[in-house]
Amino acid sequence: MAKIIVDDVEVEVPAEYTLLQACEAAGAEIPRFCFHERLSIAGNCRMCLVEVKGGPPKPTASCAMNVRDLRPGPNGEPPVISTRSPMVKKAREGVMEFLLINHPLDCPICDQGGECDLQDQAMAYGVDTSRYAENKRAVENKHIGPLVRTSMNRCIHCTRCIRFVTEVAGVPDLGAIGRGEDMEITTYLEQAMGSELQGNVIDLCPVGALTSKPYQFKARPWELLKTESVDVMDALGSAIRVDARGREVMRVLPRVNETINEEWISDKTRFIWDGLKTQRLDRPYVRENGRLRPASWQEALATVAAKVKATAPNRIGAIVGDLAAVEESFALKSLLSRLGSVSIDGRPDGSTLDPILGRAAYVFNSTIAGVHEADAILLIGTNPRREAAVLNARIRERWRGGNLKVGVIGEPVDLTYTHEYLGAGPETLAAIADGSHSFADVLKGAQKPLVIIGQGPLSRADGLAVLSLAARAALAVGAVKDGWNGFSVLHTAAARVGSLDLGLVPGEGGLTAVEQAAGGVDVLFLLGADEIKVADGPFVVYIGTHGDQGAHRADVILPGAAYTEKSGIYVNTEGRAQIGNRAVFPPGEAREDWAIVRALSDLVGHKLPFDNLAQLRQSLFVSHPHLARIDAVEPADPAAIERLAALGGNTDRAGFASPVIDFYLTNPIARASAVMAECSALALGVTRQAAE
Amino acid sequence: MSVRRLAPKEIQPEGFAFTPENTAWAERIIAKYPEGRQASAVISLLWKAQEQGDGWVSEPAIRTIAELLKMPYIRVLEVATFYTMFNLHPVGRYFIQFCGTTPCRLRGAQAIQDVLEERVGHQGHVTDDGLFSWLEVECLGACCNAPMVQINDDYYEDLTPDNFNKLLDDLAAGRPVKPGPQNGRVASEPEEAIHTLLDPSLYDGSMVGAWRKRFEEEEARAKAEAEAKARAEKERAARDAASPDPAKPATTRAGEQAAESPAARVADGKEPIKPEQKQAASPATAPEADARKADGKGPNDKAKE
Repeated sequence: MAKIIVDDVEVEVPAEYTLLQACEAAGAEIPRFCFHERLSIAGNCRMCLVEVKGGPPKPTASCAMNVRDLRPGPNGEPPVISTRSPMVKKAREGVMEFLLINHPLDCPICDQGGECDLQDQAMAYGVDTSRYAENKRAVENKHIGPLVRTSMNRCIHCTRCIRFVTEVAGVPDLGAIGRGEDMEITTYLEQAMGSELQGNVIDLCPVGALTSKPYQFKARPWELLKTESVDVMDALGSAIRVDARGREVMRVLPRVNETINEEWISDKTRFIWDGLKTQRLDRPYVRENGRLRPASWQEALATVAAKVKATAPNRIGAIVGDLAAVEESFALKSLLSRLGSVSIDGRPDGSTLDPILGRAAYVFNSTIAGVHEADAILLIGTNPRREAAVLNARIRERWRGGNLKVGVIGEPVDLTYTHEYLGAGPETLAAIADGSHSFADVLKGAQKPLVIIGQGPLSRADGLAVLSLAARAALAVGAVKDGWNGFSVLHTAAARVGSLDLGLVPGEGGLTAVEQAAGGVDVLFLLGADEIKVADGPFVVYIGTHGDQGAHRADVILPGAAYTEKSGIYVNTEGRAQIGNRAVFPPGEAREDWAIVRALSDLVGHKLPFDNLAQLRQSLFVSHPHLARIDAVEPADPAAIERLAALGGNTDRAGFASPVIDFYLTNPIARASAVMAECSALALGVTRQAAE
Repeated sequence: MSVRRLAPKEIQPEGFAFTPENTAWAERIIAKYPEGRQASAVISLLWKAQEQGDGWVSEPAIRTIAELLKMPYIRVLEVATFYTMFNLHPVGRYFIQFCGTTPCRLRGAQAIQDVLEERVGHQGHVTDDGLFSWLEVECLGACCNAPMVQINDDYYEDLTPDNFNKLLDDLAAGRPVKPGPQNGRVASEPEEAIHTLLDPSLYDGSMVGAWRKRFEEEEARAKAEAEAKARAEKERAARDAASPDPAKPATTRAGEQAAESPAARVADGKEPIKPEQKQAASPATAPEADARKADGKGPNDKAKE
């Protein structure tokens, strides 16, 4: 710790702090453009200049100098920083004037207007006139992909975007060509960027040079209603802010959540919002003579109720899809148990995870932030870059910190960090478990080994055996011990852990999702389940949001609310319960899903005992108290992993494959999004080109 | 400077590969750098690619180098566009880098530029016969022979429109040309009458070891002076003894100070610093110093007492 005086305030800060951090610790505000907490230090915008006694006799870039580099005074006085002296004021005004020489005065037509660092800081630290009458520099616009719009006249060369894609995303597409005034940010020959985190450069850009292409000229930040929520595009539950105007979601931005997404979100999370407006089910439909026709709620619900009443309880089933919130799953489960059916399944992918094994057998036990502590990682049948892009950035960040060995069993993939490809399937995993593989020694030698198993291997017929084998491997390498549980299951569906927590698996004599879809039941409720093909036969009631696979097969469609249109609890892959909030109302006659189930229950004569969401949550929290502890991770009992390892079973020889084949099209909302379709086509094109 | 872009697709070659000799050369260069730092070879390789590629760096060359060094393409492009020494467009067989910085300008570079514009065309333009193209560059460091140009690897200096035209004619006709000054001057010696370094003794060998003579002379002079001074001292002492009046301060203050210096005291067999001075200089070692201060008397007061 070192003492330092900032504007007459003496503070004690770690010696490795930069002056900028020390100033912030002392409560002084330092303007900056190029500096960003999560990126390397460039020191090229010069906006953070401060005056330092005990340092060089000139304004010092506070982002690029450490507290330990300052000398004490002649009698050992602590170094003195001044952030409000005349020298600093003049320096900031000078820097601002230089930055504005070439920056166009197009704020009225710039999408960044209202949330622009340059605008704000010019107001706060600049002068109100310019001494420059020369022409401004004109820069050709660059094409860098379908998501990020460029307006390169506005670029102030802070290089945050370059540092982000190189360091965090690990796909070094962006660079700065030319020099001096002619420096330009571009991709190689203006190819599209290849990262699935590229949207974050829009947030990072302190000016309007990189803005969101789908959002361009759509809205101004001050018109938007901001709602804090959680993302459902993958199982991480990234913290997001949904910006809406009227009934329309205009954009999705990340929120800072250090335990999950830091401040990044994937492109799917960010650009999904146009899918919330297209292909929407905004009124009930009933199939008549093979064709779906619009119907009233009364008619649709009555049709379903009549069908349910006429069916034997054991011939009624329900499948809960990937985006369902805990509330509606709970309501549907309550309804089915009241009807006397035990055929309910929250695993439409055919996963073999089962809550009976114990919670530790199906959650990401190490926690996402725990990746930072791991010093050896084994990825089994998972491609985190596609299944959880933000988690992959987290692993990459850990890898950049050094001393991390990563082994991969499954498909050979580009993870953006160096890893050892161990093998394709269960045999390699078995070799790790019995210690005959060399990577087993790496894991054993690690202080905190982390074993991550994806959903690909678990949805196979031998899934349970593979899971058991993975648990055996984790135990064999010492991944489960006091203070560290390195056995982690990475989910791909936002609803999955919540469903498993609720016990949405078939009871005694019940049918699994796959069996139900194959025609094992007569009435089948699909709660947003679009990733499973239902055979001819069952009467299908689809409760969901989009005209996707489930709705096409449905006999009755009951339109529900998407994740931005309802308040709901989602449990992420770590087992962390989080609440998503309503930003807009569902379109047309669509209703919140739990209310649909509740209305139906009345008609079938088994009225559910809650009339509003609060009552529903109350009964939910009584039966599942851990869901009430919002934002907290309930550590699971590691004994479950030992039981799991003891299960054993025979494994197939086939190699593992990731369940996410197309990152951009994993759910009905994404499939309805034109932006995602464009990204998907582009990504496929690149893959095809690479294959040729 | 202006925005530098890659040449348009139509004139880019199909591909690029280093010749076997250059590949071997590149391997040697890359091996110079420690493991993990191979990208450091990028400038050398770009330079070689330019040499091999008729004086300019093509887009396939950039990709080839990036693959060779395992760098992203954009990183090599950044370097190639940063340095103006890498030509991104085709150049003439004789690529003229014309110095347009102040000393050359003052010595008539404008006339040379006019010749270039008339004979070759605007900057970056390659003549139809493919022989010439030119580029204005910053100072090439031959200001004493201004104005000058660099054609491929050689400097051509002391240009006038006439001799420059002749130089271009000779190059175009394939006649041999002489690099260096074009006006008959030798290297950067004075152009007209020579005013310096004319002393023949500089060249007849008599100056060899001359530097030593000066020191010997100075030594002898110092010795003589010291003797004279010693003699004067002696005489004065004799005079003082003869007349006991208080002596006036010495006229040579320098001599007096020398006599007071610690070195002189040591030479006389005394302590280098007088004890009272020593105490005054460091009060910590003088316990009575504080007491003295307390009575309002400094060390000098004591001396007065």
